[in-house]
Amino acid sequence: MDTDGTFDLGQFNSPLLTRYAGSADLHQVLPLRGDEHVVNVRKHVREHALELKLSLVDQTKLVTAASELARNTLKYGGGGVVVLERLTDGLRKGLRLVFADTGPGIVDIELALRDGYTSGGGLGLGLGGTKRLVDDFVIDSRPQEGTAVAIIKWKI
Amino acid sequence: MDRIPILRIGDLLLVTIQVDMHDRLAMTLQDDLTERIVRDRAKGVLIDISALDLVDSFIGRMISNTAAMARVLDAQTVLVGMQPAVAITLVELGLTLPGVKTALNVEKGMQLLGKSYS
Repeated sequence: MDTDGTFDLGQFNSPLLTRYAGSADLHQVLPLRGDEHVVNVRKHVREHALELKLSLVDQTKLVTAASELARNTLKYGGGGVVVLERLTDGLRKGLRLVFADTGPGIVDIELALRDGYTSGGGLGLGLGGTKRLVDDFVIDSRPQEGTAVAIIKWKI
Repeated sequence: MDRIPILRIGDLLLVTIQVDMHDRLAMTLQDDLTERIVRDRAKGVLIDISALDLVDSFIGRMISNTAAMARVLDAQTVLVGMQPAVAITLVELGLTLPGVKTALNVEKGMQLLGKSYS
């Protein structure tokens, strides 16, 4: 991954990454290379959540989840990208965020999802807690290849 | 470099966080606060987050750690003004900020620290 635009999500073929591919009417790629980029992701996600007319609580949950995952991409994945997509599925609309890096990967995903587990000196709440904040959550991680985490929040 | 201002009121320090903090800025605030507690011989710290529309695990940890550091330096910390949506998200995320005193606003926070405006 040399530039942010050339990141190939094709290496990850998780269903959640491709399931609504045809229904996305917006596709935005944001870089995750430094602290400031995490703030930038929060700002963009907030704007899209507002546009989707999510309730204030759901907006806050989605932006917080995005902040956690963006930091993970930076801290554990050595940087990467986030892809924002606006989805339509029948009558419901949603926002999908895919956080992808080409870092070392997560060896034991189940362990990483457990509350209280951490390998990086954090509180160990990142993944398990983040999962509770969104409607759909999928991790695709391969050792030495990278990690992609996809989340969706639907406007019910 | 960006810094969050720390105001002194008597023997209290008041911090009002009004920007979306990146992680380094949060760490700088933690360092600045501990330094000011000692320099100003502060007995209490009020952290006003009423303007924050997000507290994630990093900011939450910074607040917890700051309160613990302040306690070791003989100062009490009160977190004030958390928005309801932020409180809901924080608890669902699994963060309950143990050991951090809270109040609804700055005035109630000052009362909690045994101070009043007059």
